[in-house]
Order: sequence, then structure tokens, then C-alpha cells
Amino acid sequence: MKKLSTHRRHPLAGLVVVLLGLVVAGGLYAAVRPAAAEGSQAGDQELIAEGRRLFVVGCSSCHGLNAEGIETKSGGNNGPSLIGVGAAAVDFQVDTGRMPMARPDVQAPRKEKVYNDDEIAALAAYVASLAPGPAIPAPEDYSTEGASVVRGGEFFRTNCTACHNFAGAGGALADGRYAPPLRGVEPKHIYEAMETGPQQMPVFSWLDEQDKRDIIAYLQRLEEQPAYGGPSLGSRGPVTEGLWGWVGGVGILVLAAVWIANNGARAGKKHQ
Amino acid sequence: MSAPAPNTTGSTRAAPTPNLPKRRVIGTGALTWVDERLGLGGLAKKQLRKVFPDHWSFMLGEIALWSFVILLLTGVFLSLWFKPSMAEVEYLGSYAELRGLHMSEAYASTLDLSFDVRGGLLMRQMHHWSANLFLASMTIHMLRVFFTGAFRKPREMNWLIGLALLQLGIIEGFAGYSLPDDLLSGTGLRIAEGLMRSVPVVGSYVSFFIFGGEFPGDVIIPRLYTVHVLLIPGLLLGLITAHMLLLVYHKHTQWPGPGRTNNNVVGFPLMPVYMAKAGGYFFIVFGVTALMGALLQINPIWMYGPYNPSQVTAGSQPDWYMGWLEGGLRLMLPWETEIWGYTISWNVMLPGLALMGLLFTVLAAYPFIERWITGDDREHHLLDRPRNQPTRTAFGIAGVTAYGLLWIAGGNDIIAAQFGLSVHTLAVVLRFAVVIGPILAFVVARRWALSLQRHDRELLLHGYETGVIVRSPEGSYSEIHAPIDPNRAYSLTTHERREPLQLASPVDANGVAAPGQAKERVRARLFRFWYADDVPKPTPEEIEAAAHHASHDGGNGHHVGIETSGMVGGEDFASHSSSEGTSAVKR
Amino acid sequence: MTSHGPDGHLPQRSAVTDGDTTGQDLSLLPDRPAEPVSDPGIPPHEPRPTDVDPVLERRAERQVAMLFASAALLALAFCVAYFTIDESDIFLGYGALNLALGLTLGFALLFIGVGAIQWARKLMADHELVEYRHGAASTAADRAESIAAFQAGAEESGFGRRTLVRNSLLGSLAVLGLPAVVLLRDLGPLPGDAFARTVWKKGVRVVKDVSGEPIRPEELSVGGQINAAPASFFETEGPDGTVIPAEYEGHQLQIEKTKAPVILVRMAPDDITPGPGREDWGIDGILCYSKICTHVGCPISLWEQQTHQLLCPCHQSTFDLADSGRVLFGPAARPMPQLPLDVDEEGYLIAADGFNEPVGPSYWERG
Repeated sequence: MKKLSTHRRHPLAGLVVVLLGLVVAGGLYAAVRPAAAEGSQAGDQELIAEGRRLFVVGCSSCHGLNAEGIETKSGGNNGPSLIGVGAAAVDFQVDTGRMPMARPDVQAPRKEKVYNDDEIAALAAYVASLAPGPAIPAPEDYSTEGASVVRGGEFFRTNCTACHNFAGAGGALADGRYAPPLRGVEPKHIYEAMETGPQQMPVFSWLDEQDKRDIIAYLQRLEEQPAYGGPSLGSRGPVTEGLWGWVGGVGILVLAAVWIANNGARAGKKHQ
Repeated sequence: MSAPAPNTTGSTRAAPTPNLPKRRVIGTGALTWVDERLGLGGLAKKQLRKVFPDHWSFMLGEIALWSFVILLLTGVFLSLWFKPSMAEVEYLGSYAELRGLHMSEAYASTLDLSFDVRGGLLMRQMHHWSANLFLASMTIHMLRVFFTGAFRKPREMNWLIGLALLQLGIIEGFAGYSLPDDLLSGTGLRIAEGLMRSVPVVGSYVSFFIFGGEFPGDVIIPRLYTVHVLLIPGLLLGLITAHMLLLVYHKHTQWPGPGRTNNNVVGFPLMPVYMAKAGGYFFIVFGVTALMGALLQINPIWMYGPYNPSQVTAGSQPDWYMGWLEGGLRLMLPWETEIWGYTISWNVMLPGLALMGLLFTVLAAYPFIERWITGDDREHHLLDRPRNQPTRTAFGIAGVTAYGLLWIAGGNDIIAAQFGLSVHTLAVVLRFAVVIGPILAFVVARRWALSLQRHDRELLLHGYETGVIVRSPEGSYSEIHAPIDPNRAYSLTTHERREPLQLASPVDANGVAAPGQAKERVRARLFRFWYADDVPKPTPEEIEAAAHHASHDGGNGHHVGIETSGMVGGEDFASHSSSEGTSAVKR
Repeated sequence: MTSHGPDGHLPQRSAVTDGDTTGQDLSLLPDRPAEPVSDPGIPPHEPRPTDVDPVLERRAERQVAMLFASAALLALAFCVAYFTIDESDIFLGYGALNLALGLTLGFALLFIGVGAIQWARKLMADHELVEYRHGAASTAADRAESIAAFQAGAEESGFGRRTLVRNSLLGSLAVLGLPAVVLLRDLGPLPGDAFARTVWKKGVRVVKDVSGEPIRPEELSVGGQINAAPASFFETEGPDGTVIPAEYEGHQLQIEKTKAPVILVRMAPDDITPGPGREDWGIDGILCYSKICTHVGCPISLWEQQTHQLLCPCHQSTFDLADSGRVLFGPAARPMPQLPLDVDEEGYLIAADGFNEPVGPSYWERG
């Protein structure tokens, strides 16, 4: 008993209690929370039904109960119709975390994805069942073996850099939207984006399959490429270079000038 | 000293006397050899120990000078490998991502410099960084000269030379980064061609003559190369020499202070102090440039690709020193008029061509405008503190604000993408800001300068605030002021009192109106606008009165303005705790 | 009027502007008794620690010497790096050679500079000296003499008197300016109507840029955009498999590329408002526009598929491709020119005609 009472006011006691509480609450929640659908690959219909279920809960508030879209009075929409967008579009949007959007906004940014792979497959199957549309690409479709990086670069600079910039660092669109940076994007998603034209990006499905693989190969090479000249300052071009030149260059040199013209310590009174 | 022996040439210089022993002073033999041919003694005796004043703001022009030297050195290196030709070649160098592509020789040789010449990328980056530093330092040097009034007589011509250097620098930089014929700079040349087209009547001829035909043609790179490597550097070299010679002749201006008058220069001698400091600064500028070349990637042309008129990258901007012009182009309203089958593109001509002319005309005219307003024809070698010239300072700040807002507008798409703003909204806001901002800045800067003048006056009359609060027996609180030291006090009073312009009588004895009256009235009004609000510096009587007041105000803080000699730093505050303490101005 | 005193110092004179427009005499700023504070004179020199303490002085010397020695070592390190590091080496994701060369060179130079500055600041004598200025103008005597010399020379030359000789000289020099100007004539050919011409005309196939493949309308779905060019820019295959070279190549191709590139976009037909007379310029909602901005000529590939806005990256001119390329925002004054489309016998997209107006930036003679 004495041992217990001597440790009751131990500084770590509070921490232990909190940790204990968290563990208990988390464990209870984990035990009680509905399990995700497992292994629903068994049967297309089951997958589609699962996808329908998820869709109604997570997507219909903007995209309509039957994915027909919800139009607003001003001619816009809360969420466009998904009929005919295909599994590839769903896979792109949901796997990159763009959908579901955290809030209605002009831009749907890439973020942490909300659904796991099985759920995404279900959603994609459901949307694909509504009308024919681009399918999720197979790995051969976006494999870069034997692709021509040089040719990919030419396609990239003709079709992509006007929005995404020469290094794939992104750029401004109208009304506060932007073309996102392409760093860290999986080849599958690049393929799907070209194929489906997400949000304001146009549809580039007309590119030959080899052209698309070449572009993906070039983008991968851009990411692997070292910054030959030193830190790349964001690869945004002369604007950031000018900023660094002023702050890093002129700023340091002006500080150096202040140091040079400052005539330094004096010996003090006792030496006069 | 023996009288100089006449020699056979009839000159009166001392003839060499080989019988005397050679003195063991460094380099005497070589120096004598040179002197016997060039006679530099007269020049050297004056200039070797020439005095330069010491202040960090006097070194900004040095950054420009040393950057120019670095540009020459790195530029020569680059010119040994760069091929200024637009002939089409197939690239077979190390950069695999472009191998096999057809491109101009200029671009291919730049790729070779970057990847196949060791140190080539470093030299390229150093060259580009020091070009940016060259222009940045010229700009801040110009601002320093403007805000301190160092453009006044006798330095007006040097001011004009400086403006010419700035202008040439901008063109030189543009020509330089267009040489590699990459996508970004090719886009810039394309825009330049569009600007040329907008010139009325002769625009298409100008475009065809400069590009040797239709854009892009096959001669613009070699032509820009000649401009960049020969013509403008030659002009720059000549103008920099003239700029320095005038500096040597007029001697450098100095800040007012104890012992410094309009008639002297106080500082350190050229040899050895400034040779060491300026020479050292050269190495520092060079070193910083090299470190920038190592640590900050600039103009990665291999990622832009060769220039293709059907390609473009998001975030296409010129280098920073043309950013303000770019901003003007972006913000301009879409004005174009068509008369009798001819088109005048105001939307391109005004920001693209007229804006540059406007800025440099205003800058060039300013010294002469100010001289006309003040009627001041004296030489000025003491600098103005910006607060003592509130209107000039306010105009300068307004100009900087307008420039800065246009500069921001030049990067509006990068800013919009970075901060999630709408480019269009940003453009509209900046359109208003470019007009309202400078006006606001003018008003604020002027008031700020005037209140700083008032603060100076307070310092002189009442000393500086020590932060020590004293409570009187009656219960009131006051802050102790300590007197400022005489050196500082003197520096605060060297600026001039400006007497209002005396207008001559408008009519003479016979009632005949004097000529030029309208101009004189305008001048008087401008003079009032420029100077009437200045806070007058205290007269000796006022300082006396303030000190007198301080000694009799019941000791509620000492408000003695200026220390007397012998005291460095403040007085002993412990003696202030009692009222009617020791006080009075010890004069 | 003023003379230099024995020490070169000009005598004091009143500095009030008294209308002395020669203004050449150096005048002092007021140091009259009316000034509130008199000049305390140059502050006495205070020695630095290195001036009074030989230990500190030697330490400073060692510091400076160490800086110079380090600079030398770094310069040597530069040479070692140059010969040992390969251009393809990578360090921390950056080019190793550039980093090594730049850092060694940079610090070597920096240390020399810092060493020189420290030498000046700590060890060189830092007594302030005074030098007197001279007026910028020459002395009155010199000026008078030069004026006299000039006048003597001018008189002797007869430039003022002999007006016939003088005027004929000036006239000939003026006319000599003409050859200087005329020599520049061959800088370039005359523009003619070059700006108004593009390679597009009836029947020219619209093909995908870079690959040169022809386009069937079915390939382009709603919301799609193809960056396209005329077929004459690319090699084609003849009927028997021979390669037919491109009609334009080299510099001529570059020139035509500043005018001919087009953008094909497909929108839902309901969204399109065709311009008057342009109702048949599209094929099933596929429209073709020039992509050369009418502001100053940048090519535009940025098209928002939902808002139908074409946004130029250079100065943000925005065009509505669903409404005849009308300018929505920005400095461009004229809408984007549109190319009428048709389909050839094989089902590929072709131009139904050339552009009905010059493409690209405006110019004086545009009309």
C-alpha cells in the first residue's frame, strides 16, 4: 500500500493514465468500428454493389445519388456527372486523395487518400458500370521499359509545360486554380490523368500509347535527375532566382560592406 | 638637394645619376624605369594617399564595379567554348535527355559548357549570378546617390553616366541570357519582337532589320553576341572609366559629422587602407559569386529545351531587372486603335517601350529639376540625410513603390500559384495599387521624414530618452532625458536652413511686368511644396532657452540637450533622484 | 576672385545664395555664429586593441595569415576536385563537380578577401586623415586663358567669318550621314505581307505536333485538346512507303512555327456560341484556333477544359474558345483567330481555308 501511495503523485503518473486511457479507447473503437469490406473481388456484382454503397455515403452529396451530378442555378455544378468518366477517373481522383474534397473549392488538391485500395476498386467498378469509360490501365500501359526519354521530353514541352512548367513544378491557372506539381506522382496516375483529363486538365487520350509511356519516362527521369547546378530553388524560373539573388547575394554583400566599413573595436578607456 | 642638371633633351627633370648608390626601397629600379618614360610622379604623389571617407553605403557602387570585372573574367571563359551560331546541329553530348535532337549550335555549345567542360557550369552560373548582382548593385547604388543628394553639383554628369550604365546593363543582360537560344529566352526574344512590331509606321521594318527577316531567322544570336561581347562591354568600360575618373577628380562625398566640412574629405588613405579594403571587397564579391554558382542553380537551360516557337513554359519571366517592364505589360489595359487601316497597339507600346523611356527621363531630369527649384548653384560635397530632404525622399520612395509593384506584377502567376490566388484578381488589384500605392507612399514617406526632423530637433533641445522614469514629490511622472554628445549634435545640425525664395517684384518702377513671371511663380510654389514644411533646426538661443528651462523646471527629468565637452556618455543618474538636483547647462 | 590659402584651403564666404550664377567657387556650408552647435572637430583617435596589445596584434597577424593559407589550400583543393571528380558524380542529389569546384573556389576567394579586410581593420594604421577639396572649376585665370586661346584659334581658322566654307563643310558632313544609314539597308529584307501569311490553306491536314500523325475527329473526346500543326511540317509516307521529307525545315520551319501552330479543342456543341458566319467552322464541337497570342506572340497551350478559357502564360491574356476566341481578360486587344475545319475523304481533319486575318501580334500595317 505504501508503495502505491508513494507513486500516486509521481510526475509520470498523469502521463501513464492518459496513455492508458488512449489505449483503452482506441482498442474499444477498433473492436467496435465496422470492418472494411474484405476481399470483395469475389464477383463483379458484389464489387459494384459495394462501390454503390460507398458512393452513396461519400460522394453523392456532391455528385448526386446516381452520379448524375448536381447542377447549380448559376450554371455550374456542385459535382459533375460521373456517368462515362470510367474507372480510370475514379482511380485517379480517389487514389491521389483529391476526392472526396475536404470542402467545396476551386481546386481539388492532392492529399492523403481517404479510402483504401479495395474501396477504391469498388468505387471504380461502380462508376464504370454506369457507362463505358476509360479503364484503369494495366502496368504494361505505363511501363517505361524501352521508352524514349528524348521523345518524351519533346511531347512534354509541347503539351505539358504550358501548365505544369518546364520542370513539372506546376503553374497558375485562372480563378485561383493551379496545375499541380508533378513530383512524386506515380506513373499510373500520370497515365490516368492524360487519359481522363481531371478537373481543368484537358483530355489527352488521343496521344499514342507509346507517346504516353515516353512522357512518363521523361517525367521519371526529371525526378531522378540531380540538380546539376546546385539546389534548384523550386525550379520556378527567374522569379525565384531573382529573389535569391537579392536576398542571398546582395544581402550578404551589403552585410559584408557594413562589416568592412565598421572600424572595429576600440581599446577602451584604460588604454588611452 | 642639388639643382637638377639639364640633360640633352632640354627637359628640366633630374637626370639619372648612375654614380649614386641604389636605394634599397621596394621596386625602385623598375619604378624609375617607368617614371623616366611616363613621368607619373606628379599624379602618384597626389593620388597614392588620396583620402576616401568610410561608410558602408559608399561600397554599393563597388559591388557593381567588381561584378563587372567578374563578368569580364567569366565571360571570356565562356566565349572560348560558346558558338554564337543558329546553324542546326544534332546534339551528341553527355546530356542524355536531349541527345539526338536538332538544335542550334548556340544551344548545343551551351549544353557542352554545362556538361562536357569541367567547371563550365560553374562559370556559366557565376556569370549569370554576377550579371544579376551587377544590376542589383547599380540599382541600390543609384538609390543611395539619390536619397543622399550626391547627384548635385558638381556630380550631375556622373549621375547621367550612371544612368547610362544602368540602361546598358539591362540591355546587356537581356542580350546575354538570350544567347543560349533556349525555350525561356527565345520566348523573351519573341516578346521583344512583338514589342518592336508595336512601333508605329516603322515597327515591322525594325523587326525585320533586327532579326534579318522574319522572327526568329538565323542571325539574331550572332548579332546579339557581337552586341553582348564587344559593343556594350566597350561602352561600359569607357563609361565606367569616366565614372571613376570623375569620382577621383571630384573626390567622394561624405556624411556630415565632426570635423567634416563641405571643403574637406576626412577618411583613410588609398594606400594602404583602401587598396586593402576595396581589393578585399573584390575578393569577397568574387567569392560570394562563386558560392552562389555552387549553391544556387540558375538558368537550367537543359530543362527548358531548345527554342521552339510552338512551345512555352508556365512561369515565363525575364530576369529580375526587366520584371517591372514585364509587370507593366501584364497590367496594361487592352487598348488598341485602328485608324484608316493602320493599327496602333497602345497596350504593347506604352508599357513595353514608353515606360522605360519615362523612368530614365525622370531620373535623368531630377538633378536639374531640383536645381531649378532651389536655385542652388553651389557645389555640394556633404551628403543629405534623407529626412532633411522630405520631398525628394518621398518622390524616391514613391518611385521605388511604383517600381516594386510593377515588379510584383511581373511575377503575378508565380505568386498566384504559390498562394492560391486568382491571377486575374491579382492583376486587377495591382492595377489600382500601381496608381494609389505610390501616392500613399509619397504621403507616408514625407510625413515620416518630417517627424524624424522633429525628433532631431527634440534631441537637440531636450536630449535623448533614457527610459528612466522619475516620480516627483507631487506625484507626476516624467522621463529623464540625457544630453546627446556634441559629435552627434553637430551632425544633426549641419544641414541647411532654407530661406524661402525671394520673388523679385513682379513689376518694376514704371509698372512694366518683368518677363518670366509665370515661371517664377511656379518655381516659388514648387519651392514651398518642397521645403516649406521642414522643421527648422533650433537656433543657439532656443537651445540656451531649453537648457535654462531644464535647470528650472523642478528637476523633472533633465532635459538638457547637448553635453558639454569632456563628458562621454550620459550623466550620473543617481544624482537625479532628488529634485532640483545638479543641473543647468554647463556652458 | 578667390584664391587658395597657403594650405589649399579656400577662405570662408557667405553661403547664402546671392544669385552668384557662376557658382564655381567652392563655398562652405554655413559655419556662421548663428549655427546652434559648433564643429567639435575630428574626434581624437582611439587606439584599437591590436594597437596597444602586442599579443592581440600577433594574434590578428596569425588570423590573417591563416585565412590566406586556407585560401591557398582551398585553391589546391579546387585543382584536385577538377581532376578527380567526374561530371556524372552526384552528391546529396546535386552535381558533385559543380558543388566541389564552386565551394573550393568560393571560399578560397572569400578567405583572401576577408584576410585583406582584417589586415586593414586590425593592423593597418587607422588614423583619419584630412584632405582639402578644390573647386571643380578651373581657376578664373585658366578659364580666361583657354577662352583667349580658343578665340585666337577660332579667329585664325576663319570658321566664323568664312560662312561659305563653313556651311559647305557642315553640309557635306551632314550628307555623309546618309551612307552610314544606307549601309544598314541589307540588315534584312523588307517585311512585305509576311506577317499576314501562314502556310494554312484549304486542304492542308491538321496533324498532331511532335508526332505528325493525322487526326480523326473521333480521337478527340469532349474536353480534349490537341496541340496541332500543319502536315507540311512533318515527313510523310508516300503510297509506296517512301519517305517524303517535310516541306519546311531548318530556319524556315522555325519561322513558320511562329505563326502556324494551332490548338484543336472539343467542347459540347451546346456550350459553343459560334461567331457570325462561323457556324460550319467546327466539326461536331471540335474547333481550331491559332495558338499564337495576339498580344506579343507567345504560343498558348494552357486550356481549361471546363471553363473553355485559353490562358497565355506570358502576360495572362485570356481567350474564350467557346465564343470565337473573344478576349476575356488581359492586355491582348484582339480575339484569337479561328481556322475553319473540314474532313477529307479519308476522314482526317483538314483546314477548310486559311486564316481570315493575320495571326499573332499586331503591327502598324495590319489594318
